Amino acid sequence: MRYLPKSPADRTAMLKDIGVATIDDLFAPIPAEYRLNRDLKVPRQMAESEIVDWFRERSRENGENHASFLGAGAYNHYRPVIIDSLISRGEFLTAYTPYQAEISQGTLQSIFEFQSMICELTGMEVANASMYDGSTAAAEAVMMAVRLTGRRSVAVARSVHPEYREVLATYAFHQGMPLATLPFADNGGLDLRSLEDAITTDTACLLVQSPNFFGVLEDVEALAEIAHRKGAMLVVSIAEAVSLGIVEPPRQADVIAMEAQSFGVPLTFGGPYCGVIATREAYVRQMPGRLVGQTTDRSGKRGFVLTLATREQHIRREKATSNICTNQALIALMANIFMTIYGKVGLKELARHNLAKAVYAIEQFGKHANVLFAGTPRFNEFVIQTSEDPYSINSRLLGHKIVGGLPLKKFYPELGNASLWCCTETSTRSMIDTAVGLVAESERSMNGTREENVEEVTR
Amino acid sequence: MSYPTDFKYTKEHEWIKPDGGNATIGITHYAQESLGDIVFVDLPKPGAELTAGKTFGSVESVKAVSDLYAPASGTVTEVNGDLTTAPEKINQDAHGAWMLKMKLKNPGELNALLSSADYEKFVAEQGGH
Amino acid sequence: MPTHMTRKATRHVNQNEGLIFEKSSPGKAAWKLPPLDVPEVNTSTLLGSQERKDLGQMPEVSEIEIIRHFTRLSTWNYAIDLGMYPLGSCTMKYNPRVNEVVSRLEGIANGHPYQPEKISQGALRIIKTLSDCLLEITGMDAITLQPAAGAHGEFTGLLMVRAHHESKGSPRKKVLIPDSAHGTNPATAAMVGYAVENLKSNAKGMVDIPSLQAQMNEDVAALMLTNPNTLGVFEQEIHKVADILHAKGGLLYMDGANMNALVGKVRPGDFGVDVMHLNLHKTFSTPHGGGGPGSGPVAVRRALEPFLPKPVPVSKPDGTLAFDYDRPQSVGRVRSFYGNSGMFIRALAYILANGPDGLRQTTEDAVLNANYIRKALEGIFDLPYSSPSMHEVVLSDKVQAKKGARTMDIAKRLIDYGFHPYTTAFPLIVPGAMMIEPTESESKEELDLFIEAMKSIAEEVHEDAEVVKTAPHSTRVTRLDETAAARKPILRWKPESQEPTAKSQ
Repeated sequence: MRYLPKSPADRTAMLKDIGVATIDDLFAPIPAEYRLNRDLKVPRQMAESEIVDWFRERSRENGENHASFLGAGAYNHYRPVIIDSLISRGEFLTAYTPYQAEISQGTLQSIFEFQSMICELTGMEVANASMYDGSTAAAEAVMMAVRLTGRRSVAVARSVHPEYREVLATYAFHQGMPLATLPFADNGGLDLRSLEDAITTDTACLLVQSPNFFGVLEDVEALAEIAHRKGAMLVVSIAEAVSLGIVEPPRQADVIAMEAQSFGVPLTFGGPYCGVIATREAYVRQMPGRLVGQTTDRSGKRGFVLTLATREQHIRREKATSNICTNQALIALMANIFMTIYGKVGLKELARHNLAKAVYAIEQFGKHANVLFAGTPRFNEFVIQTSEDPYSINSRLLGHKIVGGLPLKKFYPELGNASLWCCTETSTRSMIDTAVGLVAESERSMNGTREENVEEVTR
Repeated sequence: MSYPTDFKYTKEHEWIKPDGGNATIGITHYAQESLGDIVFVDLPKPGAELTAGKTFGSVESVKAVSDLYAPASGTVTEVNGDLTTAPEKINQDAHGAWMLKMKLKNPGELNALLSSADYEKFVAEQGGH
Repeated sequence: MPTHMTRKATRHVNQNEGLIFEKSSPGKAAWKLPPLDVPEVNTSTLLGSQERKDLGQMPEVSEIEIIRHFTRLSTWNYAIDLGMYPLGSCTMKYNPRVNEVVSRLEGIANGHPYQPEKISQGALRIIKTLSDCLLEITGMDAITLQPAAGAHGEFTGLLMVRAHHESKGSPRKKVLIPDSAHGTNPATAAMVGYAVENLKSNAKGMVDIPSLQAQMNEDVAALMLTNPNTLGVFEQEIHKVADILHAKGGLLYMDGANMNALVGKVRPGDFGVDVMHLNLHKTFSTPHGGGGPGSGPVAVRRALEPFLPKPVPVSKPDGTLAFDYDRPQSVGRVRSFYGNSGMFIRALAYILANGPDGLRQTTEDAVLNANYIRKALEGIFDLPYSSPSMHEVVLSDKVQAKKGARTMDIAKRLIDYGFHPYTTAFPLIVPGAMMIEPTESESKEELDLFIEAMKSIAEEVHEDAEVVKTAPHSTRVTRLDETAAARKPILRWKPESQEPTAKSQ
């Protein structure tokens, strides 16, 4: 086996040194009746070239070379090549949690920079070293608000990513926390009138997403005012991190739960991604996840360490803020490098390109289909309503190697034939025009058919 | 280390200094020494009710958390805010760095606690760990 | 300063490097966007008061500076690629590079989680094939790959335990956890709403059967057991443990952190386990990446299958694969999409590279390596439990502590000898624990160097403990002031927050 660095002679010599006759003697503690005396039924050992071939085949079955308009919590942004050059360095790739600070300063300093940039972008005072993803970050942020307020129930906007809400429901259910789901208004944002009544003296927090699942920016200032007036916290989830380049961050929030996948993380069928929690300094001791802090060594030289670890499971055990241990460090490093590449000016330009592409697409689609919540400020996603079933439209688009928007029937049946589309800087004008053309064609034929039928009747 | 004779002590290493119907509490020199450098103290707010023998807060070193147990029942009247910004004061002078003042519910409870001599003896027995 | 010589490590020059913010100046850039092929937009009109005007202190640097910055930082890290990383319970094995290559193939890396199933067959096939392999390896009946890490797997597994009991009328009240367990176990039980009850270990470091018998009743939902346990000892009476639990309707949860000792030799499903999680980043070679990402699949017995998180991958009559969302008894979702798919690819590539013979040999070598170290070091370091070791060995600093050198000091001194330290001060039942897990990835030569280093450090402690107590001496920073870091936390860079006392690097 090519990963194992021992010759048969090495093994024999080592067994001899240990003082046993065969390797099976070392497995003697396992009761004989449970020992497996056959080969595992897994595929036979493959050569490296065979492994590559096997996965190439899977890659071909997986929509290679398609243009995509999918977003909905996983975004297709261009990934600068140096991200992979740098994270492939063995010193980053094959190290573990920086428990031994003296030989982990590379990881520690980079996390410190990551925390700093997340704070800068979100307008918060502290950020952790990462959570699993945006959905679990949102759930953990809500748990944090529950601990901080001593209240039990949670209000969630229906315009939060449906899968994030499902994850929160899983976390909350077994804690016996009541969840109230709040409707969206005609403008696609949280219905403010329903909010007033929904927040009670037992509401720990309100969870919203901005830009929300429909791409619409929530009125965070107004939401914060209402929540805070009633003693509840405001937790804001951000699923499309690139929006922070051009959209004012939710500074009025108490906790921000973010998904940083947009920052240079490949889609890879849904993960690994990079959740982050950012909050105010006063709440740091209720924050889950690892934190890196600056300090000095014995000679006064600047260095970095894992800190405030008493919040965590390995010390506080059943009283810990969370059970999280392994996080998404390497993915956070991708995001860190991405943020460094684009920086102060580039992130803004990148976000502007995303917005411009979406605005163009909305205008074009708007000529042939109904764009929902059209007048509300948004970022790079939008909902279109068609006459034809979006699944049928998507089947036709697929024939042109285009992946259309996400049909929303499963999540929002009341929106009818609606689908959620996303444009990023990678969406070219010709790709948008082609997709619009195909949707227009089907809309014309649907409407045309209807008109013909009408004519037939009248004739 | 000498333990003040006008204090009473618990086996969980808190001290309590009675003053009529009121009292001041903190942790002992032995406790701070076993904990090492204290980095954070979590204390209740004035008005909180303490029950003898129950936890009322915690002290943290870099890699450990220890619960604090109330030596007596009563109501918190004052909290030493200095400890929030300078928890090291407990390491420097555990018997001077008081944590909170309280109004005792039943001053008689203190009779059940250890005297300084008893506590010193108790600590000496603990020495091995 | 070092009194003894090391054959493995030598000092070499590495570069100083400040924080990226300190290299920033206006006008530098590492990015370039293509010309906008759609009309320009007026962002103020579009976004109104929500328009962001300024990105504050975000850096402005060039590409070469970024390359040098992160490359320099990387050289300050120790890593598996540099040498033995015997961090007990973390299974720091070789991370094969073909795994990285196949996970970056176009259709795989760019696969969107919501793209139609028709063009997701590759990703689904990977999920299905890996699931089948893991079921065969564990001997269990059903599996979910959705949990993002081991602790997340524990959470998912216990949710299923809870759902199972609820379906029988009551969720039950508590979970039994041995005193040797990982901190994630009690933390997870609390998150799922269970009270934690400690279970004592016996003199051999195993579950104390009489205590279990006494503590087991109808309030106990499950026992969370690591096997081999955190002492590296196989629970020889595992069948009794399972029987005691099952007799009162309880379930046996196995923390699979130490599965590297078992793959191909014994299957948890065969010895009575009802629910277990695996750590793909431990046993199945996906990279640890400085602390993640992980992946924590949960495998269960048939009776628990209805409770798996949704969606569940299924085969359709036409041979294609799909996700089934119609799972009325499911515990729900524990993560968005389907989990850390990128780790599934890597774990499967590892299994394919090994095959049944390679997986078995891997386990045998892991156990061989741990026992080789144990044999060489027992007598020099205290061995608190003499029960046979599997893939890791737990020693203690009892002998060296008499000279004032504790487990952390010896660990720090190992750094000077060119090794990553073992896990210190865990499990909690061993005072001054030194938990050593070499994994199968170490050659005899590397093991001999490690043994030599440990012996040399023991001698140093005997001759002059000071050199050990003040170690490491060869790193770019000496021991860092963790107390100051915790008392006055500095958790982000700010232009004004630079400590005046801190020398720039």
